[in-house]
Amino acid sequence: MRVLVIEDDRETAQFLQKSLKENGHTADLAGDGEHGLSLADEGTYDVLIVDRMLPRLDGLSVIKSLRSKGNRTPVLILSALGEVDDRVKGLRAGGDDYLTKPYAYSELLARVEALGRRAVPEEQQTRYAVGDLVLDRLSHRVTRGGEAILLQPREYRLLEYLMQHAGQVVTRTMLLEHVWDYHFDPQTNVIDVHVSRLRAKIDKNFDKPLLHTVRGSGYTVRDGPV
Amino acid sequence: MTALFKRLPNVFSTTAFRLAAAAVMLFLLAAAILSGLLFWQSNKILTSQVLAALNAEASLMKAEAGSGGVAGLTAAVAASSRPEGLGLYFLADAKGQKIAGNLTRVPPELDAASPGGVFKFKSSRGGDEIEHLAVAIPVDVGPDVWLLIGRDIEDQRTFADTMKRIFLTGFGALSLVGLLGGLWAGRYFLSRLDAITATSRSIMAGDLSRRIPLSGAGGELDGLATNLNDMLDRIEGLMSGLREVSDNIAHDLKTPLNRLRNSAESALMDPRGEPAYREGLERTIEKSDDLIKTFNALLLIARLEAGPLQDSVEEFDLGQLVEDVAELYQPAAEEEGFVLSIASVKGMRLSANRQLIGQAIANLIDNAIKYSRGSQPGSAIAVNARPGQGGGVEFSVADRGPGISDKDRERVLKRFVRLEESRTKPGTGLGLSLVAAVARLHGGSIQLEDNQPGLKVVMTLPAVLVLAKQAAVAVAQ
Repeated sequence: MRVLVIEDDRETAQFLQKSLKENGHTADLAGDGEHGLSLADEGTYDVLIVDRMLPRLDGLSVIKSLRSKGNRTPVLILSALGEVDDRVKGLRAGGDDYLTKPYAYSELLARVEALGRRAVPEEQQTRYAVGDLVLDRLSHRVTRGGEAILLQPREYRLLEYLMQHAGQVVTRTMLLEHVWDYHFDPQTNVIDVHVSRLRAKIDKNFDKPLLHTVRGSGYTVRDGPV
Repeated sequence: MTALFKRLPNVFSTTAFRLAAAAVMLFLLAAAILSGLLFWQSNKILTSQVLAALNAEASLMKAEAGSGGVAGLTAAVAASSRPEGLGLYFLADAKGQKIAGNLTRVPPELDAASPGGVFKFKSSRGGDEIEHLAVAIPVDVGPDVWLLIGRDIEDQRTFADTMKRIFLTGFGALSLVGLLGGLWAGRYFLSRLDAITATSRSIMAGDLSRRIPLSGAGGELDGLATNLNDMLDRIEGLMSGLREVSDNIAHDLKTPLNRLRNSAESALMDPRGEPAYREGLERTIEKSDDLIKTFNALLLIARLEAGPLQDSVEEFDLGQLVEDVAELYQPAAEEEGFVLSIASVKGMRLSANRQLIGQAIANLIDNAIKYSRGSQPGSAIAVNARPGQGGGVEFSVADRGPGISDKDRERVLKRFVRLEESRTKPGTGLGLSLVAAVARLHGGSIQLEDNQPGLKVVMTLPAVLVLAKQAAVAVAQ
């Protein structure tokens, strides 16, 4: 996908450009808010990565300006300001996701890919299927190879989010934010235990595992090698 | 003395002096109007008295002329004309030659056609010949003679002059006293302000412990000084918090930073080459993640202590949140061999920061799991949420671990304080500080209690955060 990185720190910007390229994406760079806004206005990007503090025009103003012109390109805000109300302000300005510096690149990549996927208009799906694993969102039933799997409500929501992003890496923080709606640090890796319990239910009695751990990043549900 | 003169221009420009000067001006104006009226009125009365007396005498002279003719009139005028008397007379024949009277000549101010009026004449009354003021009217006593009678009103003039002098002296004294009062008030005001200015100067220069002196007399200036001092207390508190943070950064972040550097260096020196580099880099990322965690927690605590957060207050059910967070930790607790028992009353709707309260609950449960490790397997960690005293709410996390002794309970709430027994366990030493900061931000408090055995941490949140009862009942239903 095409990504526009609006970031005034050259080293960070070039690191992002190089890393995104290695993951099969293309990235353009803009060093200040005004330049970024004019590039974004062309509207040919799948995702915008916008630093909050920029010379000439700050990140939130860039986003507000784009949104007021009807540009709906998904925006990931990067910020050194990570406190509770900064996040709320960022999302209120029209950002779609908020990542606090310093961040892990794997976290950023996972979020960019999740946002890019969202940009593709797709009908509200009522059924997710990965391999022989099927999740029916109307009846809340999960089956694998036709066999019903009983899940706790939270396990169901966890699987639903993972399957919604099938084929993509989903980080622990993304799970915490979307499945639990928590934007705080749980100290220990409590998510891992939840995922391994889910895995025990959907993969244990089957030959082919579908829920994979991606080392250093998070998890992914996919049919095939990681 | 020179200092006083230097300060004088300052004093004149003070508000107090200007107000006093304006007040004196207004008072003088009012006094001038009042004394002017008094003067005018008394003058009028005296004048009319003199005129009445002159008219009465004129009738008398007319009667004299009627009965005694010119000779009788001349005799009457001569009899009345005493050189020392107040009465003034001038009787002349048709040609204007003086016949009798104590005036030497017709006053030049009053000619024959004049209806009477004021004039000046030389009087020898009281010894020396001096000019006196007098008033006179002509009296019609027949065609052959011409009579002018008058009154010496020098006494009245003297009275009026004395009055004028008294009034002017009074005004002068009044202005002087008023302005001196204003000057004194200005100086007093200025010296108080100078004290405030001097204090703020030394505060600006870095001495935050200085406070503005109070006069002890109460009043607005003391009120202002008290408010400013309260503000300074608050600022000093914030500053010392900030200094503590930077001290913490210096002392407690340098060590992990050094470890980070060491691990990178030791990987570089490892003769195994590439596999060692990979391990070293992974270890470096891990350690920097820990550092970031500590850093974030530290910043968050500092942010919370700086004051209320706008924009991030939500309405939520505390009981539900406590249960949800506990549920998040339940599998992890079970893996460790603990039973996490949750008892929470639903329907306690709060208007507060959900993320921060959630973080506090998470920290407490995480601590409970971490520090009860190694105690009786299967022992319970109890998480509770229920209405508290005075309309507030409270939640608690209690474990069966080693607990915290009485003397350490206050201390563990401070940043980076880790008790000897727990130094080997992972953690930043900021978990409880953050919980305490969240409680303070919401106007609540936390208590550490003995769970006999173990530790029980209770967070109390005040009633102001609790939404109306009806809403709570509706949600509960």
